[in-house]
Amino acid sequence: MLDIKRIPIPALIGIVLTTLFVLAAIFAPFIAPHGNGEIVGDVWEPMSAGHWLGTDNLGRDLLSRMIYGARITLFIAVLATALSFSLGAILGFSAAVFGGWYDTLLSRLVDLLMSIPTLIMGLVVLSVLPTNLVTLILVMGILDSTRVYRLSRAVAVDINVMDYVEAAKLRGEGSGWIIFREILPNALSPLVSELGLRFIYAVLFLSTLSFLGLGVQPPDADWGGMVKENKDGIVFGIGAALIPAAAIAALAISVNLVADWILNRTTSLKGGRG
Amino acid sequence: MADTKAKPGLLLDIRNLRIEATVFPPGEPPKNIVLVHDVSLTLEKGKVLGLIGESGAGKSTIGLSSMGYGRGGVRITGGEVILNGRDILKGGKEGFRKLRGREVCYVAQSAAAAFNPAHKLMDQVVEATLLHGTATRAEAEKRAVALFKKLSLPNPETIGERFPHQVSGGQLQRVMTAMALCSEPDLIVFDEPTTALDVTTQIDVLAAIKDAIRDTHVAALYITHDLAVVAQVSDEIMVLRDGKSVEHGETHQIIKAPRMDYTKALVSVRSIEHGEKKPTPKPLLSVRNATAAYGGGVVKVLQNVSVDVHPGQTLAVVGESGSGKSTLARVVTGLLPPIAGSITFAGRTLAPRLAERSKDDLRELQMIYQMADVAMNPRQTVGTIIGRPLEFYFGMRGRERDKRVAELLDEIEMGKGFVDRYPAELSGGQKQRVCIARSLAAKPKLIICDEVTSALDPLVADGILKLLLRLQEIEEVAYLFITHDLATVKSIADSIAVMYRGEVVRYGPKSQVLIRPFDAYTDLLLSSVPEMEVGWLEKAIKGRRIGSGGH
Repeated sequence: MLDIKRIPIPALIGIVLTTLFVLAAIFAPFIAPHGNGEIVGDVWEPMSAGHWLGTDNLGRDLLSRMIYGARITLFIAVLATALSFSLGAILGFSAAVFGGWYDTLLSRLVDLLMSIPTLIMGLVVLSVLPTNLVTLILVMGILDSTRVYRLSRAVAVDINVMDYVEAAKLRGEGSGWIIFREILPNALSPLVSELGLRFIYAVLFLSTLSFLGLGVQPPDADWGGMVKENKDGIVFGIGAALIPAAAIAALAISVNLVADWILNRTTSLKGGRG
Repeated sequence: MADTKAKPGLLLDIRNLRIEATVFPPGEPPKNIVLVHDVSLTLEKGKVLGLIGESGAGKSTIGLSSMGYGRGGVRITGGEVILNGRDILKGGKEGFRKLRGREVCYVAQSAAAAFNPAHKLMDQVVEATLLHGTATRAEAEKRAVALFKKLSLPNPETIGERFPHQVSGGQLQRVMTAMALCSEPDLIVFDEPTTALDVTTQIDVLAAIKDAIRDTHVAALYITHDLAVVAQVSDEIMVLRDGKSVEHGETHQIIKAPRMDYTKALVSVRSIEHGEKKPTPKPLLSVRNATAAYGGGVVKVLQNVSVDVHPGQTLAVVGESGSGKSTLARVVTGLLPPIAGSITFAGRTLAPRLAERSKDDLRELQMIYQMADVAMNPRQTVGTIIGRPLEFYFGMRGRERDKRVAELLDEIEMGKGFVDRYPAELSGGQKQRVCIARSLAAKPKLIICDEVTSALDPLVADGILKLLLRLQEIEEVAYLFITHDLATVKSIADSIAVMYRGEVVRYGPKSQVLIRPFDAYTDLLLSSVPEMEVGWLEKAIKGRRIGSGGH
């Protein structure tokens, strides 16, 4: 069914890179040459055979930090995206299907949330609540879900007036069937492309929060936090901050390459048979 | 007009025209397909040639080739198109630019989509004339007003000041004809100009086009799928199928004595014999004094409608667009609760709202839609689409369900091989068959058919109607058949309700409804249906008692 030769090259690059990141995240303790918080050398040592990417501002092995960082970054971003999508899509679809006051109430609530800049909102909430992983994921997921809600409601409103949805209603189907079997498969294409983008926004948002000191707390660090730790080195010509930054960029691009490819495959209405 | 060129002679000579396009099937190398296979035709000045065929026959493609145009990546790869004594295909881009809008003009099917909504009608009508510099603006506008008058448009002096959305569809189509005639071309290509119009409007537009062609001595290619329409306006007819010319002859000969089997099938379409059944004492569905409105009771679209459908019989509801026939279906299905009146179905009173109806009520009352491609979820296979009612109503699962799906596919004359197909992999007729199977799967007592054949080619529609009649015999199912096509009604109905502006103006068994004396609206409706007879148009126009609503 899935022929590797028929996967376009950009998608292949995306798949390989994404898989590498995911594998690094899952098997971090086995791959990393040193511990996460272990000080193994001088401050900002250059790249060497012992430390492939050099050391960071406290003399910790940067490669090991990067691998552990991948774990935290991906973990939080995946969970936050999953939360924002399930929440946003289900609420958006149901708002489109039920309509009436339910729709009005939800939509205005979402407008209210969206009218406050996400970063400010995140900063305020996180500075009040205890900073741990659960809060972080919840805050990111809920804030992002407003965007997903808007998109899925807009798409679902269009689909909801199609004759096949009316046919399902005439058959007496419940809302569950209509949302998950009639609307969801047809709304998947825009949602998948949005998924790729949202995931990256989650990574960037997390990085921003960590950079500002409200995200992942030391000694753990995600890639954004590592940029912050090492940013002072840039003045002295030390590139340690650029490595996590490059990793964020690489992840962003590769995930979107995969999302694009999935999108192309799912837009075919002929079951991919041509 | 164009008197200097009115001497008899050959205007258009298309020789061995070959048109190809490249298709890009996913996962395969791109390949060439031939759309038009070496078609030749000639057209004399002032004559009208009708091109007729099903969708995909290549009639529009051939028509557009007379102005050297290929739609959407279509290429003219062989043959000659000789217009006014020169091969226009050799003229290059500049040549086409001089030719289009001056020597050849085009009238599109959907005038509503062909006009720019941001400009006034007059600006668009005279645009081509001014662009080619054949007349000053004042002359062109004078000519346009004269054409508006000839095409019997209301207020010919001022209608040009309106925007496209301020005139009706039939009027817009006539304005478009005026636009084509304004630059005094030698040839006009009419591409299904009346297909999107109501029958009562179509007859006016048809008569206007015919008069204009006669008075301006312009030659025309008239493209349509409706043989009865083309018989009214053209001198000759060419029947096309799959990009090949099937038969070419005088209109009279094609209609009266077709030589090829395909033409015979086209001529005899809708000649289904259907014996009328007598009404039973106990109707299956009975709508009493139903009144329905949109916008919270402000816009009444259905007023005091009472009709009965008898078990195993067909009630046809006819009327033009806006007459409320589809609203009647929405009221019966419960999608639009009536503000007054009641609906009785199989002895029980139906709840007005869909949500309050029992599962059995829903099961026994099924619906088939006009556009089969949007009536099926494009992400579900045929097996799922037909199988879902079986699961939902009868709790069938697994092999039992698959067996019944296969039986149903057999009943609609499609094989088992279709179970795994997606709707996008089916033809128009097959899609409609699957929709029929889906409603049959529920074992309904009544199926509401909302314009089920109007989006289909005549021969395919014929097949669907025959299938519906056969299924009625086997399954004893009743139909509430909504249509604007009286030929369809004649071939399948047992009783008929004629609707006009939300009211039933005539109702009864078919034999009584279709017998004189008619009320004014029924007369208009009946007399507007094109008949396959040369000279019908003039007779019909003369015999009309009231004008059409102009929708």
